[in-house]
Amino acid sequence: MIEALTQLFSYQFMQNAFLAGSAAAVLGGVVGYFVVLRGEAFAGHSLSVVAFPGAAGAVLFGLPQLMGLATLCTVSGLGIGFLGRTRLRDQRAEAAAIATIQAFMLALGFLFVSLYRGLLEGVNNILFGTFLGITRGQVWVLIAVTLVVLALLTVIGRPLLYLSVDEAAAAAARVPVRLLSLGFLVVLGLAIAGTALITGALLVFALLVMPAAAANQLLTRPGQAMILATGLGLLTVWTSLIASYFSDLPIGFLVTAVGLLFYVLARLGGHLRLT
Amino acid sequence: MSWPDLAGTCASPDMDFPSGLFAHEFMRNALMASTGIALAAGLAGYFLVLRTQVFAADALSHVAFTGGVAALALGVNELVGLVVTTMLAALILNSLAVGSRAGDIEIGVLFALILGLGVLFVSIYVSGHATSNSTGGVGVLFGSVFGISATQARIAILVCAGALVGLLGMARPLLVASVDASAAAAQGVRVGLLGGVFLVIVAVVASEAVQVTGALLILGLMATPAAIANNLTARPYAGMAVSAVTALLGTWGGLVLSYAVPTLPPSFAIMAVLFTLYLLAFAFRSLTAAHAWSRQGLRFEG
Repeated sequence: MIEALTQLFSYQFMQNAFLAGSAAAVLGGVVGYFVVLRGEAFAGHSLSVVAFPGAAGAVLFGLPQLMGLATLCTVSGLGIGFLGRTRLRDQRAEAAAIATIQAFMLALGFLFVSLYRGLLEGVNNILFGTFLGITRGQVWVLIAVTLVVLALLTVIGRPLLYLSVDEAAAAAARVPVRLLSLGFLVVLGLAIAGTALITGALLVFALLVMPAAAANQLLTRPGQAMILATGLGLLTVWTSLIASYFSDLPIGFLVTAVGLLFYVLARLGGHLRLT
Repeated sequence: MSWPDLAGTCASPDMDFPSGLFAHEFMRNALMASTGIALAAGLAGYFLVLRTQVFAADALSHVAFTGGVAALALGVNELVGLVVTTMLAALILNSLAVGSRAGDIEIGVLFALILGLGVLFVSIYVSGHATSNSTGGVGVLFGSVFGISATQARIAILVCAGALVGLLGMARPLLVASVDASAAAAQGVRVGLLGGVFLVIVAVVASEAVQVTGALLILGLMATPAAIANNLTARPYAGMAVSAVTALLGTWGGLVLSYAVPTLPPSFAIMAVLFTLYLLAFAFRSLTAAHAWSRQGLRFEG
């Protein structure tokens, strides 16, 4: 067993996968905590879906993949913030705007794919991820994205927490609600663009929501919950990568399966603590 | 279903436009099926937005994906697989206290799991068909409206007519329950049951819509027309009508556009038309709001 593991880490593609996966888990844990707190899972899912046209467009136009991802994800984040705007959060208008942008972006991705026939075999990889093809260069870029997102969140984290918990009070205290909400959507877009590289467009969501939701069941203090979410995310990614290496199961499926296991355990733990 | 058929290349460029539009059977079938599906989806979508269940519908449409590839992987009839899995998911979603903030996370977790299972089925299907067809799931994901047979079109019309009748029949209590659940309950409306029946109807419509737009774009066909309607009118019955008619116009427009410009896949063309209409409706609302503001401002000054 030990031997098999050392062999696993001797491959450079596995090293890259572990580094990239760890960065994605950190992004997912920290940003995901805010997503769960703000009840923005739908926006999170929609932005992660945008990773599909982002990646497909990058291939079509011959751009670096991360550039395509980051551009479309942040633009869509701004679009959601702009089209769904109301003075205080109106869930109906917001949800309808998110859905509209999501569907249009997906359709755009399909257009890109059908314009670029060679991408054919890549569709499933873009949608569902692969850990085989990650390069060292991508790892560095992903780590850079992670640092940028963490830096942005340290700046806006406190007021964002305030307005996430009580928007009306935050507005009354002159917290720039609109600007911060928009800023968070942009941060979310960036984080998702980075994570999508490894998990694929559809499953970014698993790393974003599952560890944070599990952590939120157990801990109430924001800082602790973020750390726990990150830890659970790391565990999820590492176990999934190892399991995927030794079995033939797709990484995307394993990430959701392990994530669900943690979530269910956390819910049980939360119940036990309450009773 | 192989890849090139999906990309709308069935309509080869040498076909004369627009006279050839109705001459081809695949086009007639596509228009027929999508008429029923668009009307039902537009109407259902109006209620989804009103009930803040768009995220639940999103999850439901991805269940359609998982159900579709599961049917492919297990070799079951696709429509049966779709209807069974989406209905099951509708019942689970209905029990998850949808619409509240607490529901958001539970739907999210369920959602991620659904996608993970979808991936698993895709990989089972792909390894079961080692002959290179790694795109088996793509038809389910993005639809194949120009591949609909006459029988499928007839089934779509019948099913969607049923869904329309059901939705219109429960429109009034559903409206009341959506706007004020406790008031509806006080009037003797069984809110939980009503919500369950509604989501089951959405599930059936979604299963049918997979053929037209594919699993990933069902949400667009449902929510975009409703978003347009909400930008244009605040009255519920007018909104329902606008939503259904917009879905129909978007679908027809998209099909014709895709026929005229074969490089555009039909599901993209449909969404492009709907998205344009949405932007127009949004601009319209913003302009009228600004107009009302300036008028109000004048009144204050005078």
